[in-house]
Amino acid sequence: MLLDLINFISKMMLPAILVFVPLYAIFRKVPIYESFIEGAKEGFPTAISIIPHLVGMMVAVAVFRDTGALQFYLQFLTPLLDFFHIPHEVVPIGILRPISGTGSLAFVESILRIYGPDSFLGKLASTIQGSTDTTLYVLTVYFGAVGIKRTLYALKVGLWADLAGFLASWIICTIVFAH
Amino acid sequence: MINYIWFFMILSGAVAAAVQGKLNLVTTAALKGAEEAVAVCIGLISILVFWMGMMRIAQDAGLLEKLAKLLKPVASFLFPGVPHNHPAMGYILSNMSANLFGLGNAATPMGLKAMEELQKLNPDSKTATPAMCTLLALNTSGLTLIPTTVIGIRLKYGSANPTEIIGPTLLATIIATTIAILLDRYYRSRTFDQYGNLKK
Repeated sequence: MLLDLINFISKMMLPAILVFVPLYAIFRKVPIYESFIEGAKEGFPTAISIIPHLVGMMVAVAVFRDTGALQFYLQFLTPLLDFFHIPHEVVPIGILRPISGTGSLAFVESILRIYGPDSFLGKLASTIQGSTDTTLYVLTVYFGAVGIKRTLYALKVGLWADLAGFLASWIICTIVFAH
Repeated sequence: MINYIWFFMILSGAVAAAVQGKLNLVTTAALKGAEEAVAVCIGLISILVFWMGMMRIAQDAGLLEKLAKLLKPVASFLFPGVPHNHPAMGYILSNMSANLFGLGNAATPMGLKAMEELQKLNPDSKTATPAMCTLLALNTSGLTLIPTTVIGIRLKYGSANPTEIIGPTLLATIIATTIAILLDRYYRSRTFDQYGNLKK
């Protein structure tokens, strides 16, 4: 039941938006093609502006992973992860996600490249990456902009929510994709 | 912090390679990483251009305002300390709807405007208010309808079904956001009294 609903959302969400948005806009007499082109112009600089961040992160991640350093550190977590049946490969994503969105994206990229985007690990990595935002970055930018020094419990809430997103992704992917 | 993590990854990689006597692993990995990164960004151009175009149509059609109107009851429930007609409320709503549409470029300026307005209601300009913490809880848990970057990167690696993760991702963010809101409520009641003043 829940499974059907999740799969239905995956299948219908994008087509529904693609049909509904232009339909609604035409009805409101918006010149949709011109609007599309105007907005689309922003996509190119956005993609290009990620390059320095992603190059920096993927260089570090490639060095960290390909030399065996990642494996070395993960072995200390093995008993804990095995106890909860959490796949080792996605742990760096969970750890880096709240600190650096590009950093965790670099690990997602390596999983998609090595195991394939349609493998269980590939889908799990994708879900974890999409399930939450970069807590530390958001806190720094938002509180920094207005000069708040005492942030009280905001960091705690953000990090617990990140952990919840990680665990929820893993449980949901196990239910939806594992068979 | 990110400086140390970056340094840590590169240093432990170099040490690991040196121990195995294969220092050339570092160079190969670094160059390969850089090359792949550029390829990924180029691969993301298509989906970002396309999605930004679609979302501009949504903006021009007033869908963001429409969504903001729908979210108004939710926002007054989440931000009891902010008066209904205060400008902060408008920015909070714009921030929430831009986030839902995955418009990070539009969401952040609106969120910052909301913070400025909330700061005007703040008796102590160095300490966060309950409303600020709630706004941050919403923004850090990242509720969004379509995870565009992830779909883009799945597309780049030849996924047969790049959008398959939309449902699971949405459910996971809803859970994360709900937990964030509940925790925010819990800590708020422990930290502030009913008038929004810090407990001694």
